[in-house]
Amino acid sequence: MSTETQHAGANVSLARRAWSIRRLALRMAEVQGQGYIGQALGVADVLAVSYFHALNYKPEDPEWEGRDRFYLSIGHYAIALYSAMIEAGILPEDELETYGMDDSRMPMSGMAAYTPGMEITGGSLGHGLGIAVGAALGLKRKKNPAFVYNLMSDGELGEGSTWEAVMSASAHQLDNLICVVDFNDQQADGPTTQALARGDEAPKWAAFGWHAQEVDGNDLDALVTAFDTARTLSDPRPRVIICKTQMCKGVPFLEEREITHFVRVDPSEWARAIAILDDAIPA
Amino acid sequence: MQDAPIGPTSRRKSKYTPRAVPVSEDGERLTTSAMIASLDAEGRDTVAAPFGNALCDLAAQRDDIVGLTADLSKYTDLHVFANAYPDRFYQMGMAEQVMISAAAGLAREGFTPFATTYAVFASRRAYDFIIMAIAEENLPVKIVCALPGLTTGYGPSHQATEDLAIFRGMPNLTIVDPCDATEITQATHAIADFPGPVYMRLLRGKVPDVLGQYGYRFQLGKAQVIHGGSDVLFISTGFMTMRALDAAKALKAEGTDCAVLHVPTLKPLDTGTIRKEAAKTGRLVVTLENHTIVGGLGEAVAADLMRAGIHPAFDSIALPDEFLDAGALPTLHDQYGLSVRAITARVKTRL
Repeated sequence: MSTETQHAGANVSLARRAWSIRRLALRMAEVQGQGYIGQALGVADVLAVSYFHALNYKPEDPEWEGRDRFYLSIGHYAIALYSAMIEAGILPEDELETYGMDDSRMPMSGMAAYTPGMEITGGSLGHGLGIAVGAALGLKRKKNPAFVYNLMSDGELGEGSTWEAVMSASAHQLDNLICVVDFNDQQADGPTTQALARGDEAPKWAAFGWHAQEVDGNDLDALVTAFDTARTLSDPRPRVIICKTQMCKGVPFLEEREITHFVRVDPSEWARAIAILDDAIPA
Repeated sequence: MQDAPIGPTSRRKSKYTPRAVPVSEDGERLTTSAMIASLDAEGRDTVAAPFGNALCDLAAQRDDIVGLTADLSKYTDLHVFANAYPDRFYQMGMAEQVMISAAAGLAREGFTPFATTYAVFASRRAYDFIIMAIAEENLPVKIVCALPGLTTGYGPSHQATEDLAIFRGMPNLTIVDPCDATEITQATHAIADFPGPVYMRLLRGKVPDVLGQYGYRFQLGKAQVIHGGSDVLFISTGFMTMRALDAAKALKAEGTDCAVLHVPTLKPLDTGTIRKEAAKTGRLVVTLENHTIVGGLGEAVAADLMRAGIHPAFDSIALPDEFLDAGALPTLHDQYGLSVRAITARVKTRL
């Protein structure tokens, strides 16, 4: 079992997991000299709570029928998910340096056919939640109590297909579906809240019939509480956790940089970023 | 050859020109038939809802069969399945994208989903979801769509004249255009047994039944000679094989001997059989399809024969590269060259 923080309030181990995910992502990005590091650093806490508190899985058997399904709708976040799966023992750490290279099992955008533990091919945004609806229906057909998690970006809130899926999950009362939105307010051309996601998101989802929570996505205690609520709720509604995250979280000189969809990092700065993490290893 | 005109190619009259009530040659009013079901049935045997009934038969044998619709179960014959197996039927609402995505999710969990809508909506609205959620992962989702090509008089919003062209470019996807009720029944079973994604065109309602009398049995991926002939080789798909058989009869009466090669699987194309038949010398080769001239059977066959170094006299009967008119189907089929009368006239100009 991967639930590490039953002792409420401490979350020391989760902090260490999130730290490891950030460090692994930086190492992968350094290999390519690029990568969606801003997003990876921002979502690391969400993934730490997902993989080391909430999800039920067997690292040695990524297709175990009893596992909770974790769908990565945002394909370019693969660097973050590979890091989480390396930390979880699903992927071997010594393949980390193949990231994005020819014949790698870790391509730049996540694809199901390439990587153990990568459930779907994401990347065409607005797809994950709809597939998750089908999987949640399928699990109910099989009377399999597993959850389907769908990790999506705030930018995907602009896709019409997302809202088809939102209505569908509600209509089919998919209480085994947990949607996790990484709300970092940054899509390719600028802030998401200056594009289509202008409303108050949680009430919007609630109005569509979802149990909606909004949390600080870089607060491990808050995330644990929100995931626990989503998992244990006795309620037929599908669940959404809107995680307000900060791009580049954990590396102050990058946090201060002008934040864009594709954060610019100079070649010399990767080592500097890793050194900053190494100066503050959580207990 | 003249250059193609730039801009709209419609032959429609101005919308400001008043019209008289149309009447047939016998002086009767011409009314619109929305679906092909009853169009071609005069004097023929028909079978009711062959797809819906075949799916019920399948479901009785296999627990993994589920059906989805995007608010069109009555118009795809899926309602037959929905009535028989309500707990295995998913009404996804008027939302084709999530219907396709959800079918992918169900397939991921071990089910064999039949996702149904109109061909226009699957090919135009749900394309990205079919290619990425289903085809790229080679999931066994069966997309079965009514109103393919010119099988409704509603106009371009409902006429999927380019669905085959759209889908032929999609890797992993198998494409089937069945001819009649017998073939729809057999193909429904065959595509369920096939482990990959399939797009199948559908005729619904009372569907004519013609291939049974030739002892035909559908085989996925196989083109089959329905009958031989020494002057013309018809290579046809979908209900155009019915038309090819009728045109062959009409031409036979005038002394022209026409063979009919039926190609229900558009992709992968049975190039072996097509090349073998087309290479027999002395025959005019004519492809027939209920689809635009762009990107369908005719172009697929022509390109393959060129690559194989086989160069028969060749013609294609297909819909023009235009937005087609609304109206009554028999008129439209005549106007756009799909009727038996139009086919025989066309062939005679090429002999």
